[in-house]
Amino acid sequence: MADRTWLILGASSPIARAFARLVAGQGARLVLAGRDTDDLNRSAADLRLRGATAVVVESFDAEDSASLDALAASLPRHASPGGLDVFLAFGLMPEQKAMEADPALAARCLTATFLGAAHLLLAIAPMLEAGRAGRVIVLGSVAGDRGRFSNYVYGSAKAGLAAFCSGLRARLYRSGVTLTFAKPGFLDTGMTWGLPGIFYAESPERAATTLLRAALKGKEVLYVPGFWALIMLIIRSVPEKIFKKLSI
Amino acid sequence: MRRKNLLLSGWGRFPSAKSDAFRPEKLSEIAACLRDGDGSILARGAGRSYGDQALNSAGAVVLTERLDRFLSLETEGSTSTLTVEAGISLSAIQRLLIPRGLMLPVSPGTGFATVGGAIANDIHGKNHDADGSFGAHVAWIDLLTASGDVRRLTPDETPRDFWATVGGAGLTGIILAAALRLLKIPSNAVALREERMPDLAAFLNGLRAARAAARFSVGWIDALASGDRIGRGILETADLSAEGVAITPRKAKAIPLNLPTFCLSRSSVTLFNAAYYHRIPRAGRQSLRAIEDFLYPLDALAHWNRLYGKLGFSQFQAVLPDDAAETGLRALLNAVGQGGTASFLAVLKTLGAEGSGLLSFPQPGFTLALDLPRRAETEALLARLEAITLDHGGRIYLAKDSALSAAGFARMYPRLAEFQAIAAEMDPVGRFASDQSRRLNLRGA
Repeated sequence: MADRTWLILGASSPIARAFARLVAGQGARLVLAGRDTDDLNRSAADLRLRGATAVVVESFDAEDSASLDALAASLPRHASPGGLDVFLAFGLMPEQKAMEADPALAARCLTATFLGAAHLLLAIAPMLEAGRAGRVIVLGSVAGDRGRFSNYVYGSAKAGLAAFCSGLRARLYRSGVTLTFAKPGFLDTGMTWGLPGIFYAESPERAATTLLRAALKGKEVLYVPGFWALIMLIIRSVPEKIFKKLSI
Repeated sequence: MRRKNLLLSGWGRFPSAKSDAFRPEKLSEIAACLRDGDGSILARGAGRSYGDQALNSAGAVVLTERLDRFLSLETEGSTSTLTVEAGISLSAIQRLLIPRGLMLPVSPGTGFATVGGAIANDIHGKNHDADGSFGAHVAWIDLLTASGDVRRLTPDETPRDFWATVGGAGLTGIILAAALRLLKIPSNAVALREERMPDLAAFLNGLRAARAAARFSVGWIDALASGDRIGRGILETADLSAEGVAITPRKAKAIPLNLPTFCLSRSSVTLFNAAYYHRIPRAGRQSLRAIEDFLYPLDALAHWNRLYGKLGFSQFQAVLPDDAAETGLRALLNAVGQGGTASFLAVLKTLGAEGSGLLSFPQPGFTLALDLPRRAETEALLARLEAITLDHGGRIYLAKDSALSAAGFARMYPRLAEFQAIAAEMDPVGRFASDQSRRLNLRGA
């Protein structure tokens, strides 16, 4: 893996950190991109000692399109001869109630989670096509499978991202690049810590291992952990007439 | 920061208590834990202290497990220094260092402990005579203090605060990161010698001789042997080896569930202890052993604390000065033997010169550690062991303790008042506290 560069977008998130450690242990080169560069610089030092061949840190703000273009423009400097792989793990999930009270906050959620991701993926796509071998992992969410009473703003952003990635996958396929769209259920992170109703939260380390394996196999879509496929099958099958009465 | 209410206990699984827990993912989130809580607060690493030290049922704990990054590894002249976040485990560090010809100079019997916990307990290893305790190798500590400031403590510039934090049981602040001076090693192995020791007097002589003759030494005592055989066991001495060993990844075994208490009957443990003794040939034996296997023998058996069933166990560890050691140890072992509960192997080691930590445990002498399964009579037995320790001028280790009396503790640690004064300067409102600090009145009146 030493000749390939993993671009980790949203690199401060626990799942991204676990993923970066996993590929660092295999000798990958890494570009860590995110907002909190202090934190990313600490991660960079950690990943170098854990075996990464090289690590650079780039800052970007998913709500600022100029910073997305700047990030994309910086990548040719960092990409290694073996080409670029992408792990996209950023998004913004404010409380649903807060977004209902403040449409501007909802717009920020949609901007960071959908527009920012789509913008960046479009900007990177030509590099991926030129490389002809990349692996792209995009983190969606089970929230994107159906707009629910309790989480429909964020859910719609991830649903949009799912549709976008389905089309982008077809485009990249023509250049030998795979796109794996992962839909995590509950991950054991600050997002689920202490929330009521969390019955099982997958550790970031296990989720990262599952994601890397799926991407190397070129899997198109998966739930993490896998049993969420069954839960979401049931949730998708409920008729709207009934679904609208549920407060899930 | 959201909290989660958890049922927490130490490694001995007694006592346990519900407590609110924060789990920050980044250093920048820890300060928020301090701001958001109003009551007392305490950092908790791997929860490998045995009793109530890492519990704070009257307030909140901050779990440091996600703050586990290496920050730098630098070599200047002949000294290598590793900087890490406080939640990283000692095993993770050793796995990084040993292939590079380096190791932590001081390790306790488990590699699962964190750097934060190792500093807060000023832990010692099987080489205290040669290398001192953990704090002696710490170049600096980044400490989040009650005011929300991060202070860098060093033994030269801030000796009072530094030596109150080393061994300070988490009561001066939250340790965020530390720089550790490392030991160069010629290979990944130690040359190990194992010998039978037929009784206590022989054992003490063997350990005394090992003080100068070997870098590492540890004794495993059959705590159920009685009469002439009291104190019999196996003495292990070791030195860093020039020749290494091939490492085959250890297959981690685990105790899958709480064993029913009858599994630990006196007869089954007597059999186990006897087998452990006779495993070593009468003439002794020598071998090369991987450093991690030598330092952390029980880490190969995950959840070994489940051996003691759901009631858990109390660990007891005391150090007795050299001149009182033989009579004192005999009295301690007799009390345990008469206690009727079955103790697995006890551990006997020597300790060297006292360090500078105000509440640090090590003082010159012999230290005995043993597990006591929790039964109705355990409380009384621990009180008896405390009295014997006090009678012989010894002291008991905070990392293991769940039962000491406040008065007994104060007699064992003459620098307690000094610690309390410094802790009060560093944390005037008393934000940092634990169930243990309240029980032992560690923060003073």
